Amino acid sequence: MSEEQSNDYWKANLRLIQWSLVIWALVSFGFGILLRPLLSGIKVGGTDLGFWFAQQGSILVFLALIFFYAWRMNKLDRQHGVDEQ
Amino acid sequence: MMDQFTINLLFVGASFALYIGIAIWARAGTTSEFYAAGRGIHPVTNGMATAADWMSAASFISMAGLIAFVGYDNSTYLMGWTGGYVLLALLLAPYLRKFGKYTVSEFIGDRFYSPTARLVAVICLIVASVTYVIGQMTGVGVAFGRFLEVSNTTGLLIGAAVVFAYAVFGGMKGVTYTQVAQYVVLILAYTIPAVFISLQLTGNPIPGLGLFGDHTASGEPLLAKLDQIVRDLGFAEYTVHHGDTFNMVLFTLSLMIGTAGLPHVIMRFFTVPKVSDARWSAGWALVFIALLYLTAPAVGAMARLNITDLMWPNGTDGQAVSLEQIENEPQYDWMATWQKTGLLGWEDKNGDGRIQYYNDASPAMEEKAAANGWAGNELTNFNRDILVLANPEIANLPGWVVGLVAAGGLAAALSTAAGLLLAISSAVSHDLIKGAINPSISERGELLSARIAMAVAIAVATYLGLNPPGFAAQTVALAFGLAAASIFPALMMGIFSTKINNHGAVAGMVAGLLVTVVYIFLHKGWFFIPGTASFDDADPLLFTVKSTSFGAIGAAINFAVAYLVAGMTKETPQEIKELVRSVRIPRGAAAAQSH
Repeated sequence: MSEEQSNDYWKANLRLIQWSLVIWALVSFGFGILLRPLLSGIKVGGTDLGFWFAQQGSILVFLALIFFYAWRMNKLDRQHGVDEQ
Repeated sequence: MMDQFTINLLFVGASFALYIGIAIWARAGTTSEFYAAGRGIHPVTNGMATAADWMSAASFISMAGLIAFVGYDNSTYLMGWTGGYVLLALLLAPYLRKFGKYTVSEFIGDRFYSPTARLVAVICLIVASVTYVIGQMTGVGVAFGRFLEVSNTTGLLIGAAVVFAYAVFGGMKGVTYTQVAQYVVLILAYTIPAVFISLQLTGNPIPGLGLFGDHTASGEPLLAKLDQIVRDLGFAEYTVHHGDTFNMVLFTLSLMIGTAGLPHVIMRFFTVPKVSDARWSAGWALVFIALLYLTAPAVGAMARLNITDLMWPNGTDGQAVSLEQIENEPQYDWMATWQKTGLLGWEDKNGDGRIQYYNDASPAMEEKAAANGWAGNELTNFNRDILVLANPEIANLPGWVVGLVAAGGLAAALSTAAGLLLAISSAVSHDLIKGAINPSISERGELLSARIAMAVAIAVATYLGLNPPGFAAQTVALAFGLAAASIFPALMMGIFSTKINNHGAVAGMVAGLLVTVVYIFLHKGWFFIPGTASFDDADPLLFTVKSTSFGAIGAAINFAVAYLVAGMTKETPQEIKELVRSVRIPRGAAAAQSH
């Protein structure tokens, strides 16, 4: 495999990681902590959406993120011809 | 009818027989099997074992109690200990699997082409792991103390002996299958009582949904009801943010980074067949972890509600529970059993024959206390670490549920203690002795030194576990801070930056570890010895940063120092740049061994 090919693969991977980490931070540090006051108008079962994100929502999003990343990367591996054979 | 003690013994005994049976069946033979289980483990199996390894006394025994008595502000544990898996899956696991060695420090030693880097990594791993084991021993003491109905100290000593015997038995291979069994025991033990309690309080069988549902007895939302009754007693409202936001963010970040820097978790990803499996494995691990973590906040909130109801059976406006009720009514039996461990205590200060439980530090309660002749909070001691284990008794659930929870708590503490002891012993025998001191050591000698290292680690942890620097989950949080400040940055830079050279990595790790260790010791006492602390977490040295939250700052220092030093010293050699390039690409990973 050429150096250029592997650079493209790595760049695509880094882009994916960046976006995933933005979401990761948004649901936990964002919705769960810092942005909670902004979400306080949205009521969820006796409290607000920020509380839900801090105790349930962030965990669910983390799960979705990891599976999404694994699926995308395994596809990316094949597209760039760097998957295990 | 069997008494509770016999039921507990039966459940704990049966679960132990199961684990030991599996350990004998899958006994480790070669060194390769001892460390990495022959790289032949399916991602789902591996995920389950990782979950058991990961969810320790801190998650099982301690965490819900910390949430119960603080509320929203302790959501940090939930986000921190799950969010770390995202970092692990995206930033570390697949690359370390591709690299294909046994231990974390081997990677650091090879990537930074420096035996010194490897040695420093080993020291970082040992410091973090031993701190972690101290937290486990605290939990083991609580669990054994309760189920054998002895004092906390006796429980701890018995527990230490069991953990040692157990960890010496087999290596990773034995441990992997044992841990699958332990996962099943611990998740059933955690969720079954939670389902019962959620049904009792909200009618919803899923605790995580019940938490946001309506409280059947009052018709109000459960969390609104809880806010109201704790407010009535002068405590901080459950769902409201009270603490410092900056510290909360830092603490969550420290736990996340630390998760991705702990050797016993990372080691797990060396054992999957393929690089792509390492990515899935992290996801499966989090699935199995999430089952407990989505339940924990419900356990905490519902237990807080139940405890308050028991202490105020006539409502927070009525009369408090009487001593007579505590002695005679069956739903108060748990109080007498837990009193024996020394972790629960009450005192009728005003001599009115009743136990008033309220926040006597709250100015709002002064008037009410004076009017009613209360002389301070009379539920004088409620150790947070007993909440989960006492929970089924508090909710008056059947005896077999109580026995199951005892078995689950022990499974959680034991599986993690065993995984950590394995990480410590491999660090000492494989990296320290074979890697640095005596490279010509025989396989036999290596295994022997691994076992001696385990024994020493457990002795130190037991000694410090007698006077722990905090509740189990808090001590464990310190270990995460140490891992966050030392190991995670080195691993991440090793993969994502070819610029960082040997000197940069060593300087970064040393700086991160030292600063964090000193900050922790200044607040928790030197080597955790009581009475030697100069500061208190209530009024920390640096702004509002508690010692448990410092790991994130330590990590930032590690990154900064590494970049600075690498910029001033000789560039990374070409062959190392090639190594980094190959680690980034899945193709060419060493084949998995079957077993």
